[in-house]
Amino acid sequence: MSVAKPLPHDAAKLHVTGAARYVDDIPTPSGTLSLAFGQSEIAHGEITGIDLSEVRHAAGVIAVLTADELPFDNDVSPSAHDEPLLAKGTVHYVGQPIFLVVATSHLLARKAARLGKMTYAEKPALLTINDALKANSRFEEGPRIYQKGDAAGAIASAPNKVSGVIDMGGQEHFYLESQAALALPQEGGDMLVHSSTQHPTEIQHKVAEALGTPMNAVRVEVRRMGGGFGGKESQGNALAVACAIAARATGRPCKMRYDRDDDMVITGKRHDFRISYEVGFDDEGRISGVDFVQYTRCGWAQDLSLPVADRAMLHSDNAYLLDNARIESHRLKTNTQSATAYRGFGGPQGMLGIERVLDHVAHALGKDPLVVRRMNYYADMLPESAGASGGSLKGKMKPQTTPYGMEVEDFILHEMTDALALSSEYEARRAEIANWNAANPILKKGIALTPVKFGISFTLTHLNQAGALVHVYSDGSVHMNHGGTEMGQGLFQKIAQVAATRFGIDVSDVKITATDTGKVPNTSATAASSGSDLNGMAVKDACDKIRAHLSAFMAEHHGVDIDSITFENGRVHVTDHDYSFAEVAALAYQNRIPLSATGFYKTPKVAWDRIKGDGRPFFYFAYGASVSEVVIDTLTGENRILRTDILHDAGASLNPALDIGQVEGGYVQGAGWLTMEELIWDDTGRLRTHAPSTYKIPACSDRPDIFNVSLWNGGNPEATIYRSKAVGEPPFMHGISALMALSDAIGVCGTGYPALDAPATPERILQTIEQVRHGV
Amino acid sequence: MSIKFLLNGETVELPEANPTVTLLDWLRETRNLKGTKEGCNEGDCGACSVMVTDRSGAKALNACILFLPQLHGKAVRTVEGFAGPDGTLHPVQDAMVENHGSQCGFCTPGFISSMVAAHTAGRTDHDVILAGNLCRCTGYAPIIRAAEAAQDQDAPDWLSVDDEGLQGETSSLVSAPETVDALAELYEANPNATLIAGATDVGLWVTKQLRDLEMPIFLNRCVDLQLFDLSGDTIRIGAGVTMAWLYETLSIYHPSYAELIRRYGSEQVRQAATIGGNIANGSPIGDNPPALIALGATLHLRKGDTQRDLAIEDFFLSYGKQDRAAGEFVEAVTIPKSAVALRCYKLSKRFDQDISAVCGCFNVKVVDGKVISARIAFGGMAGIPMRAAKAEKALVGQPWDQTHIDQAVAAMADDFTPLSDMRASANYRMQSAQNMLRRYFAELSGVETSVLEVTA
Repeated sequence: MSVAKPLPHDAAKLHVTGAARYVDDIPTPSGTLSLAFGQSEIAHGEITGIDLSEVRHAAGVIAVLTADELPFDNDVSPSAHDEPLLAKGTVHYVGQPIFLVVATSHLLARKAARLGKMTYAEKPALLTINDALKANSRFEEGPRIYQKGDAAGAIASAPNKVSGVIDMGGQEHFYLESQAALALPQEGGDMLVHSSTQHPTEIQHKVAEALGTPMNAVRVEVRRMGGGFGGKESQGNALAVACAIAARATGRPCKMRYDRDDDMVITGKRHDFRISYEVGFDDEGRISGVDFVQYTRCGWAQDLSLPVADRAMLHSDNAYLLDNARIESHRLKTNTQSATAYRGFGGPQGMLGIERVLDHVAHALGKDPLVVRRMNYYADMLPESAGASGGSLKGKMKPQTTPYGMEVEDFILHEMTDALALSSEYEARRAEIANWNAANPILKKGIALTPVKFGISFTLTHLNQAGALVHVYSDGSVHMNHGGTEMGQGLFQKIAQVAATRFGIDVSDVKITATDTGKVPNTSATAASSGSDLNGMAVKDACDKIRAHLSAFMAEHHGVDIDSITFENGRVHVTDHDYSFAEVAALAYQNRIPLSATGFYKTPKVAWDRIKGDGRPFFYFAYGASVSEVVIDTLTGENRILRTDILHDAGASLNPALDIGQVEGGYVQGAGWLTMEELIWDDTGRLRTHAPSTYKIPACSDRPDIFNVSLWNGGNPEATIYRSKAVGEPPFMHGISALMALSDAIGVCGTGYPALDAPATPERILQTIEQVRHGV
Repeated sequence: MSIKFLLNGETVELPEANPTVTLLDWLRETRNLKGTKEGCNEGDCGACSVMVTDRSGAKALNACILFLPQLHGKAVRTVEGFAGPDGTLHPVQDAMVENHGSQCGFCTPGFISSMVAAHTAGRTDHDVILAGNLCRCTGYAPIIRAAEAAQDQDAPDWLSVDDEGLQGETSSLVSAPETVDALAELYEANPNATLIAGATDVGLWVTKQLRDLEMPIFLNRCVDLQLFDLSGDTIRIGAGVTMAWLYETLSIYHPSYAELIRRYGSEQVRQAATIGGNIANGSPIGDNPPALIALGATLHLRKGDTQRDLAIEDFFLSYGKQDRAAGEFVEAVTIPKSAVALRCYKLSKRFDQDISAVCGCFNVKVVDGKVISARIAFGGMAGIPMRAAKAEKALVGQPWDQTHIDQAVAAMADDFTPLSDMRASANYRMQSAQNMLRRYFAELSGVETSVLEVTA
């Protein structure tokens, strides 16, 4: 059986030899043109003049397009039709594309794009959360509010209360491959588009709109991306549409890739948030009521900000039972890049809000934060036979519910926390650290254990569907296709393992093929960690249809019962006959048995009303917990992660090696978000951190010195593909333990609460040290 | 301009090469070798890393800021050239597959190049070697596991052609003088020329500012510009000495300065960048000048046949302006061999490959508990690298104790008026600069002060 094996990524050998092909590596016909955008130099204003004469006369320039020259829809928004490909009239942020240069090379296009001369009537730019609040600049009519119980009453009557605010910065995706697209004009006005996108169907849809054709005239192919992380869910639309329009206009293939600086200036990033909170709790630390107000800076266009902000609300409980909770969410419109999907999709921000609350409560009571966290956990819902330290509710009473009314039926964090605390020697190390700190005047250590409970499913319920197309050829080789895209996560490998298992063949006999809107239509983005859950089931469905045809045929052929036929180890057993899979395929072909099938899957049980904030948005939850130990320098704020232990729930893992890869990588990326990755805009709205020289993602030596990652092989109570769990986003939030450990270390420096904002750069750490020293 | 080098074992001769085409663009667009990737086009991510072998051995370099003339007479290996003729993977490639070291795979060719170069050179300081290769997927752990798995395996013999292929390739290029004298003559006659040593800065003029360079002069073939003179009690460092080579020498004489250089750029940058370039470009945030000022270094300038010396701090006049005449260039810098009290502190958001927010270098001589001299210099605190004159004054002649440190810290507030930018606020710059003096005192008193030396 191929599933559950720790096989390497299907393209690993191609990666290490440089043979793996990305969009910019695809051989192109001679005469292929390159594109670049001319960009807005101001954050907000009316364009009063565009002089492109120098651009048009620049070396290598074939064409220059503005909004006026676009043939059909001038829109690349994935949601609200509010995002023109090329600005017309008003510009809304520094970097917004205004004109499109079509030239004979990438370099010449870039050079020419800088020669545009725009004049503007500038308007005041809203850059910050405060600016937007003051101007009441927002998406939706007012704040969304989800609530359960009576938060205000519970807080008012609680014996203790604290309140505070945490600011958390956004995050640049920094996929190593910048956005890229290639459009190849076909006969009859059709267009073939290669795009580095997580959402081929969206690309197809936007290109069709822009060309004024039905979707069937556009085919989009995606073999792989050089990283996505949510940044290629909608942000590739502009490049693909630009290429298609230019290809239509010139009749030549057109390619576009953003230079890194352009990529960082033009595209959206993770939403930054400010979360204010007020919490009431008893003397043990049990929360009786909590009130959150979440403010998020969405940037200039709606993009995916509403579901991002929703998911932040949906994770403001994290692992904790909140009987009285009120969550108010403001989606603010600013003159900055349109913030977009990024691994966790708002979940990390909401989760960090409640983790801050738990940390603050523990500090107020002088308790170990882990004790306070555990006290507030939901109850474990374990099989009755299994032992649990936290008290299993299974069979005793109704499951507890989240603030949005979903029953938490699969909680396992008490048991996981026990296991992790034990394996990481949390208690003993906490004591050792206290001693170490007493002996060291300048350097201080900190430690924290934080849990993760992450909801799995698209909150827009209809997106929870997937299709697949599987062929068996007469030689027994299998061609597999589905709607998911490969961005490094190993989705293709996992699903090939599923297909191989269904047919009882070796995974090397399953050909993995590029995602293609011509093979599987109407796909959802590979997002929300859903890739293997959805596409794995769809491929299984397709394989099982073919297997059913083969079984029925072989049963009839041998006059035996269909249930006696097995597919294992590349062989098909029919009572006392034994065939190779290839022999069966050949025989089936000769007997005119269909060897191709589509598969389909829709996630059961989910139903969600996002306006009311009620229902079951998630099929299930994925869990995990991590312990980080850090050291800080109280003179400069410099800091390092010394050790991290993670226990993560991937259900019954489809491929433990790939899943551990997601956990390790997710943690480092999450810790990067909360420590060194800092986006800085100046007061004219220019992003000043627009290249890796100024925006620092974790480097090699920033991973923890000691880094222990294990999977919790507990299966999934829900009937997912081989009882596995989604693993793309949840591990990202283990990075929260790094921030909380830093806060723990800072707390040693004084009596005040270390209200550490993120990213916790050395500067912010030193600032917070000053605050706790003054008892703030 | 004719350029000749080995590419994946085969000789390439380019009679008509444009001197400012980068190796990366040439590989991808002209040679159709698409394995080497463009990640940032400024030498900060390492996705474009290739292995270059010359007389000093195999090293990784960033192809995106490497101009073709810099390769003349060398051997280049791209990711397509590491496997054997029969397709056998290099041990590093094999280990990366086995240890799940690639996810999206886009950074992988650059990692492979860095790892093969290190493997060839017999190096196992993986965190240092790979500091210039960014990976956004894996969290690096499996890549390090792969590097460790491969480190004890023999280097395959098919790469050895790179060493042999280099013998005797000396044909000279007009724009790449072979001696300092030739350089001096050429530059004096063409004072508007652009001098290019490692191209780690000038490369960005081309790839980011999209400038056309006026008459590039390449310095990397000027062998006598790349010498150390260790006679006597000083070290004369030729301007063409790379940061990688400087690191090795400093490790012996000035370990704290060496540790600063370990964090200067990345392996790829240090293998290209030169000390002369770092001084001559006059950046207020270059990491060598503060250390050199603290050491009391002497700078040697050359114009035609004329040489002149000056104290290094006098070279930096104001932001963007140095005491350098047209046609004059940095020839060398001389530092003392011994400075036991020298400590260099580099402060940045990330430890590796990050430009300093503040770089502070301290060299205080204490005899019998009393300060007899103090040289304290900072980068990032002013428009030029600069001494903290008032803080120094507060120390000299005084007892070396906490009271006088506190006084010097207070005095330092009048030494600088730092700026706020994306790296740090003015307040933080001042506060951390002051705290560096506190750290210096604590460190010399035996207190543990470096988070880099702490373990769990």
